[in-house]
Amino acid sequence: MKEIVVISGKGGTGKTSLTAAFAALANGAVLADCDVDAADLHLILDPQVLAQNEFISGHEAIIDPAKCIGCGACLANCRFEAVRQTDILTASGERLPAIDPFACEGCGVCVRFCPVQAIDFPSRHCGAWYLSSTRFGPMVHARLGVAAENSGKLVSLVRREARRIATDEGRDLILVDGPPGIGCPVIASMTGASAVLIVTEPTLSGVHDMERVMKLGAHFRLPVHVCVNKWDINADMTGRIETKAIEAGAIVVGRIPFSSEVTQAQLAGKSLIEYSDGPVSNAVRKIWDSLCWHVDATETSSLERSATN
Amino acid sequence: MRVAVASGKGGTGKTTVAVALALAATQEVQYLDCDVEEPNGQIFLNPKRICQEAVTVPVPALNAGLCNGCGECGSICQFNAIVALKTKPLLFPELCHGCGGCVKACPQKALYEQNKTIGQLTMGGCGHISYIQGRLAVGEAMSPPLIRAVKKYLRPDCLNIIDSPPGTSCPMISAVRGSDFTLLVTEPTPFGLHDLQLAVAAMRELEMPFGVVINRCDSGDRRVEDYCQSQQISVMASIPEQRSIAEAYSRGETLLDAAPAMRSIFEGLLEAVRLSVAGRAA
Amino acid sequence: MKIALTTSGENLTAPLESRFGRAPRFLLYDLATDTFELVDNSRNLNAAQGAGIQAAQNVVRAGAASLITGHCGPKAFRVLSESGIPVYLAESDTVAEVIEKFRNGSLPRQEQADVEGHW
Repeated sequence: MKEIVVISGKGGTGKTSLTAAFAALANGAVLADCDVDAADLHLILDPQVLAQNEFISGHEAIIDPAKCIGCGACLANCRFEAVRQTDILTASGERLPAIDPFACEGCGVCVRFCPVQAIDFPSRHCGAWYLSSTRFGPMVHARLGVAAENSGKLVSLVRREARRIATDEGRDLILVDGPPGIGCPVIASMTGASAVLIVTEPTLSGVHDMERVMKLGAHFRLPVHVCVNKWDINADMTGRIETKAIEAGAIVVGRIPFSSEVTQAQLAGKSLIEYSDGPVSNAVRKIWDSLCWHVDATETSSLERSATN
Repeated sequence: MRVAVASGKGGTGKTTVAVALALAATQEVQYLDCDVEEPNGQIFLNPKRICQEAVTVPVPALNAGLCNGCGECGSICQFNAIVALKTKPLLFPELCHGCGGCVKACPQKALYEQNKTIGQLTMGGCGHISYIQGRLAVGEAMSPPLIRAVKKYLRPDCLNIIDSPPGTSCPMISAVRGSDFTLLVTEPTPFGLHDLQLAVAAMRELEMPFGVVINRCDSGDRRVEDYCQSQQISVMASIPEQRSIAEAYSRGETLLDAAPAMRSIFEGLLEAVRLSVAGRAA
Repeated sequence: MKIALTTSGENLTAPLESRFGRAPRFLLYDLATDTFELVDNSRNLNAAQGAGIQAAQNVVRAGAASLITGHCGPKAFRVLSESGIPVYLAESDTVAEVIEKFRNGSLPRQEQADVEGHW
């Protein structure tokens, strides 16, 4: 079973558009939308939700006004500026504190050190995740709640479910639409993958962000592939990116020209492959073929290595 | 005044807009680059006289001689960053949120705090703009402590522009909290609309004032405008798409370099934000 | 001596679960009496981070002398080695087959974490 993760470093380079196109070409892969903070893959793949589950993660602290004596210990102990004093007074005339749920880190220190145990510590409902079916295969996706901690746990859950479906249904490919950035959720989306594809753009920002996310790929010893979207905005920069990528040990798998077709396809709710047969569509096909070839080649060579051990 | 520039979706033009606003302002500006995972403001602003400072979070360290293996530290930790075994606790500083709970909980006072570097601040000047950037070290997982460190540089006597991370989870919230006004930058496409709706929901939950900027406004369709109208959300600026802007951006040049005539859009935007904030204060 | 095996099933015909931190449970097998009990690991499925660490603690608390699993990450491995519990790696055969292989001494002992950690 292979798992290909599409990331970018910089947002807006075309990860989701490309993942949707790959889904069309693979036609039978399990799809996982791991951009749980701002999931968009469903806007192209139009999933029919078969099951919805709550996502519970961590805790939050809530002060019980009936028990609080206004001593201020919680305010003094909180490292995250989550406790503020309200204008409501306690029975003893002290200002009642309240905890801002958007700042509360769920560390439990205020709960533990409250002298009168006036702070509750319930589990936190952080979002939901879904098992769905699409015209190209089963899909696992999620929605993280506002201000929720994006620790990567929901991402790990989505990937785990995708693997379970792949095993249960005998599918041998998982396609992951990854999140932007280099933090927890990106780390969670790529560890243990068969291959990573970085989609970048020929801008200074794109290069800069690509370099940072490539370090992450190297740290986790993953085979990294790169493609440049909107390449003709700056052919010079495209060449430089490809050179940098190769020097860093990545494999360049292709380029996609800048075209209004990408937006038009999105407006039409179709993947690039379904929308037209033009230069963008052809470029995507070439990238897919190249990527698959390299992923297979890596697997074959690692199997050969373990056979000789 | 503190103005945050945020978005649901990445790549809509937050940094482009934030930089243009900073350049169009006639007063002193502090540009706080809080997109700490992928900060890009310096590419366009080219700050000079750079200085740097490491940002740390406090993580526990053990004075093994004082530890009696009671396990209190392991039981209070919500993040599995300290694990109490039969003999002495194991520390996993990469999981630590810096809450200080284990240190407080230890009856033997066997734990103390040490600083762990998670990233750095870079500061420099560009004309009337002071640039302060937070950059998270690659492999570090948590942005909010670094974002809070950048925001310590907020000054009450000038215009503060906060370039925020994309999304609506904890990094974005850390960046926009406490701002007088937030501009949500979007694009007129299905992805742009969807992620804008998430960002709007976040701002409403936070009960914070905001307005929308539509970038590349002629590249898609009317759905974002229609949504804003139906929700009575103010579209405060619309920026047309121009290939020359994209090309300039690719070279690290600003929008105002490529399209100087658009300066008035950003002057107008700043004025509109100022009026909105003043109106609210009244 | 008791050994712990990761599994998603509930008896000896169940398959070995390949991942450690988020395995639903352990089968704790007593080699002396040939009996077993199940130890729940599902609270880890809700851990925001450090699931492997929590799972490792569960194994220590259950009194296992060895752990057998498919893959073990660096944090979990560290907790187990500091507690003196060796880790053996096995394929996803049935629990019964894996126990046999363990008895025959044909399972490799893990010297260090074999997969990178993650959240």
